[in-house]
Amino acid sequence: MSTKAKLTIFVVICLLAIGGTVAALVKTRSDDDAARRNTPAAATTTYAKLASAPRIVFRSTVRNTDYGSVAAVAMSDPTGPRAFFGNQCDRVYATAQRMLCLASDRGLVTTYTAKVFNVTTGAKITELPLVGVPSRARLSRDGTLAATTSFVQGDSYAATSFSTRTVISKIGGASFGSLEDFRLVHQGKTIQPVDRNYWGVTFAADDNTFYATAEWGQHTWLVEGQLSTRTVHTLTEDAECPSLSPDGAHIVYKQRGDRPKGQWRLVDYTVASGAINQLSETHSVDDQVEWLDNSHVIYGLPRSGTEAAVSDVWSVPIDGSGIPKVLIPQAWSPAVIP
Amino acid sequence: MYLNLRDRPSKSAAGAAPTGKQRVARTVLLLGAVSLLTDVSSESVNAILPIYLTTVLGLSTFAYGLIDGIYQGVSALIRLLGGWIADRTDRPKLVATFGYGISAISRVALIPMHSFAAITSVITLDRLGKGVRTAPRDALIASSSAPESLGRAFGVHRSLDTVGAMIGPLLAFWILIAAPTGFRTVFIASFAFAIIGFAVLVLFVPNLRPQRTSKPAEDASRPAAPKPSLRLLLRPGMIRLCCGAALLGVLTIGDGFLYLELTERDSLATKYFPLLYVGSNIAYLAFAIPLGRLADRIGRTKVFVGGHLALLAAYIFAGSVFSGAAATVGCLVMLGSYYAATDGVLAAIAGQLVPPAIRTSGIATAQTVLAMARFVASLGFGLLWTTMGRVPALHLMIWLLIAAIPIAAFMLRGLDRSEELSTA
Repeated sequence: MSTKAKLTIFVVICLLAIGGTVAALVKTRSDDDAARRNTPAAATTTYAKLASAPRIVFRSTVRNTDYGSVAAVAMSDPTGPRAFFGNQCDRVYATAQRMLCLASDRGLVTTYTAKVFNVTTGAKITELPLVGVPSRARLSRDGTLAATTSFVQGDSYAATSFSTRTVISKIGGASFGSLEDFRLVHQGKTIQPVDRNYWGVTFAADDNTFYATAEWGQHTWLVEGQLSTRTVHTLTEDAECPSLSPDGAHIVYKQRGDRPKGQWRLVDYTVASGAINQLSETHSVDDQVEWLDNSHVIYGLPRSGTEAAVSDVWSVPIDGSGIPKVLIPQAWSPAVIP
Repeated sequence: MYLNLRDRPSKSAAGAAPTGKQRVARTVLLLGAVSLLTDVSSESVNAILPIYLTTVLGLSTFAYGLIDGIYQGVSALIRLLGGWIADRTDRPKLVATFGYGISAISRVALIPMHSFAAITSVITLDRLGKGVRTAPRDALIASSSAPESLGRAFGVHRSLDTVGAMIGPLLAFWILIAAPTGFRTVFIASFAFAIIGFAVLVLFVPNLRPQRTSKPAEDASRPAAPKPSLRLLLRPGMIRLCCGAALLGVLTIGDGFLYLELTERDSLATKYFPLLYVGSNIAYLAFAIPLGRLADRIGRTKVFVGGHLALLAAYIFAGSVFSGAAATVGCLVMLGSYYAATDGVLAAIAGQLVPPAIRTSGIATAQTVLAMARFVASLGFGLLWTTMGRVPALHLMIWLLIAAIPIAAFMLRGLDRSEELSTA
């Protein structure tokens, strides 16, 4: 082939490749504009009007300009008017006083933040360190303790995967540091597996006891920990992202069971007896559930296909009965403020 | 393991088209352009993948953690296999084309993709392609460069490659700023750059046949070039090189560990954690060509071993008396210098130690030995980190490295000289 022919082919390829990219970019922009125009703005209200009754704080996933913003609805009217807080979070949790918001600041290189706000005034109280992609956020009932889980790349040559970093902090006080530095007790012995990872913390009412996931050697465990002694010990195998009920009697977590990699079912663990029962949800749930009351949990499920960026918050009883149903459409990362 | 994810060079071929000492060969610049475009393609996707998976596919980051791609062992095997086939057939360009082709095709598959399993397989395919192409590509660089300027040739190639790795994320975020939901547009752009890079390779990179060109008629006085045989790798020089590289490699803890250590000393390092690798990339870019030239001038093993002094300095910045921005900047500059002094240089040494018939395999072997040693280092350091604590573990590594550098220098002594003799 002559040099001229090669150059011609090359120029054609470049034009097609760059032209195609530009065309795709233009089309995406016009589609976005059309979608925004066609999505009616949801009815809104103010947080002050919702604050006198039980409410749910969540991340709104309506595909409009408020996508990713934190909002609240009345628990008695979960599909009703939303109060927007004006901040964007990937993961959010809230109590009556405080809101913990994990966010990514997109830029040339994305950075990540964990900020604590006053729920009523919206004022920033403090900022906690966050090194990687936001994953899980929890506050203790009275809002004094915060737990964040993020994913860090590059801990090891061994895996191209992420490893997790879970940090518990006292708001306005010192950090308890990464859970990896806590003593890990397994079957009566202190162990130090190199590949241990922790994620998904849930706090008990005493502001000392907590539960979380520990993983090493490809196995996950439900662990119970004490902040006072900086110790965690394993309770039961195959458990991730536990969530403790308000009365402290049950823990609902996601479990692999016989499902393929990347899929989980929800099970209920009775704290007193250690009994485990499966919930009636058949979808794969990849979330840390929240408690609606002492007998129902709520969690996010993404929609399928091109709607996958939109998720809904579903609710299901914990006793294995009932049919899961959508509680808040177009929402993610719910936190119940009773 | 930011920097190490990308293919590190290697080199080969003494007896091919020396281009004189004036400039870097056109083929090297073309291969640099191919790598630049391919890195724009892969790094633009890598930069947005976590956000795409979590906000568009609705997967939690836990699922993202499952994207392991292929394991280190498989990747090493693929790399050795790519090298061996390139030697066996004497067609490095064909094997490299196959590798780049696989990666480009995997980008097409990303465009309609909506399932997690599919994305996992795309990423695995991309890495397979990377494994296959690295050694033959480096053999082409070596074949088209004069032996005395190999260090510089690799420096130029690696610089172009790194430029691509820095443009990729910029491109991705520029697209997302222009169209916030334009993840698919990023994938289309990624495919576009992969195709342009592939076109440069197929259309313009000459189809060099290193073994054929290495036995021209006027070389009749030399013995006939040996047939490709892996036994040729078992030369004393090659074994010494692999042992020396392995000794230093097992003391090379992952970049990620150093970055995490920096977050303990400098609060800004925590806030800008994802930017740290950009810092070491800039240092790498700044030093790759000068250190490559220095290696050509004063000897490649000297620069290779000397690069570990920079690594030692990086450990000291990260784990010692320094704190704040000084620790971060110092550590990143030294880490970048370390990679600049060792990557291309190791390949340049390896390529000169084996006959042209198995040059690609020789390069692939040295690179794989180093990669496996670093893998062991990471596991070992992870163990020390959790049992001894961060700072004592790092201090131990500092002392071990101080002890190992002179030993490695002794093991590698004279390997340059034998090269000069063989190419004189």
